[in-house]
Amino acid sequence: MSKIRLLSLQLLVAVVMIGLWQLLTTVPIFGRLLLPPFFFSNPVDVGSQIVAWFSSGVIWKHLAITLWESILAFAIGSLGGVLFGFWFARQPTVAAVFDPYVKMANALPRVVLAPIFTLWLGLGIWSKVALGVTLVFFIVFFNVYQGVREVSGTVLANGRMLGMNERQLMRHVYWPSALSWMFSSLHTSVGFAVVGAVVGEYLGSAAGLGYLIQQAEGVFDVAGVFAGMFVLSAFVILIDLGVTVVERRLLVWRPDAAHQRV
Amino acid sequence: MQAAPAAPLATPWAVELDDATVAFRLADARVYTAVERARLSVAHGEFVAIVGPTGCGKSTLLNVAAGLLKPAAGTVRIFNEPLTGLNRQAGYLFQADALFPWKTAVDNVAIGLEISGASRAEAHAAAQKWLTLVGLGAFAGRYPHMLSGGQRKRVALAQVLIRNPKILLMDEPFGPLDAQTRQIMGNLLLDLWTADRKAVLFVTHDLEEAIALADRVVIMSAGPQSRIIGDWRVPLPRPRDIFEIRLEKEFHTLHREIWSVLKDEVLKGYAQSTGETSAV
Repeated sequence: MSKIRLLSLQLLVAVVMIGLWQLLTTVPIFGRLLLPPFFFSNPVDVGSQIVAWFSSGVIWKHLAITLWESILAFAIGSLGGVLFGFWFARQPTVAAVFDPYVKMANALPRVVLAPIFTLWLGLGIWSKVALGVTLVFFIVFFNVYQGVREVSGTVLANGRMLGMNERQLMRHVYWPSALSWMFSSLHTSVGFAVVGAVVGEYLGSAAGLGYLIQQAEGVFDVAGVFAGMFVLSAFVILIDLGVTVVERRLLVWRPDAAHQRV
Repeated sequence: MQAAPAAPLATPWAVELDDATVAFRLADARVYTAVERARLSVAHGEFVAIVGPTGCGKSTLLNVAAGLLKPAAGTVRIFNEPLTGLNRQAGYLFQADALFPWKTAVDNVAIGLEISGASRAEAHAAAQKWLTLVGLGAFAGRYPHMLSGGQRKRVALAQVLIRNPKILLMDEPFGPLDAQTRQIMGNLLLDLWTADRKAVLFVTHDLEEAIALADRVVIMSAGPQSRIIGDWRVPLPRPRDIFEIRLEKEFHTLHREIWSVLKDEVLKGYAQSTGETSAV
């Protein structure tokens, strides 16, 4: 399928969906509206809400807050995941002792931690960051752990025979291997950082996209809820594009990454 | 061509395995003896090939010489010094891909110098020179996955040789390559080796390759408890071209002679490996 054809078909789906939505919420069929506007709003209202947010500029503050929370959650969670992943992979005893607790912590649905974090850290950004960190940490942790443990034995022996000491093996063999695993999960971990931030905001905050959606919902402003959702989707897609660019630069040496994206 | 006379040394041997026995403990607590009482010496500047059937412990013996494996009994001496830990005098060319996949060709070659304290610029200049020597001067910026199997072997060869090891250990290095590429790589290896003779221990299952390359061919029996059962001097003159040398009469005579011994072991090894797999 050619690129233009694909793009036009993709656009067609959007047009049909929005068209149906508009039709069913505004034009009565057999004397009644199939989608009552109170519950479903309509595309025009949602669109004008989005335009209003951007033209008045209120949205920027909320976007900035959510973005900042996501970045902090990603940075702190990744750092912790890398450190602990490395430590556990190099110390099998430590890994064995902590194994059940790591599994337990990872099994816990992280949303239930949100009230605790709000209690501990207040309504500001840090309770949201903490929630995001608990999500990002485990993804990075497991990937780094795997990456360090699955270093090819031959490559390792080669490093030794070339005269590397433990520190140099760490830097030239274990570290790049672990990073490559971590970067291969970059999309997931960045996504979870945003999820942590938005869910945290939704459950109690004074700013951010989650707050915006929660406020709209509180006053039955369905158009506001949908508008918030659309802005959020666009936000996540933009971040994901950024991640793809970073990934393509960092993983040039990987055969699969290079082939997929050329 | 004669090797440059080295400074007089206390021993003529670069590598000496003295009754080296290698055993592994299996999962069910049985002991598997891979190699039994192997006695083998490699002189300075000598190219020795070890040939044996699949699974006879040729690579095991090489790992012992590298210090990657400790023999259960017997001693290993490197330049008359007992070997403890890794063999720092040796460069090792692995059968499998051992390049660092996250480094470009030139970085892969330079790493050996960088970790021993050379500056980055210095190491890179030397690496570029070595890449040119192995015919890959134009491929410095490529990552291993962008190179063919033969090109990767060339990079690996440069990676090992740039450190100027006194001993070169090679574990079926050209095994994964196609027949033509193997011969080209064999000639490249001989060229590089002639320029600066190192003691070479070259493991292969290909008798023709062994005779074409080596000064001495050592035959191992089928495993387990594999032993060294033969040691032939290769009387062919150097420099050699391994395309041509296979046509020489002496080559054929020697090949026939060694093969008469090796054949039985190959059949024994084959019978054992098939017997074992059917038992599993």
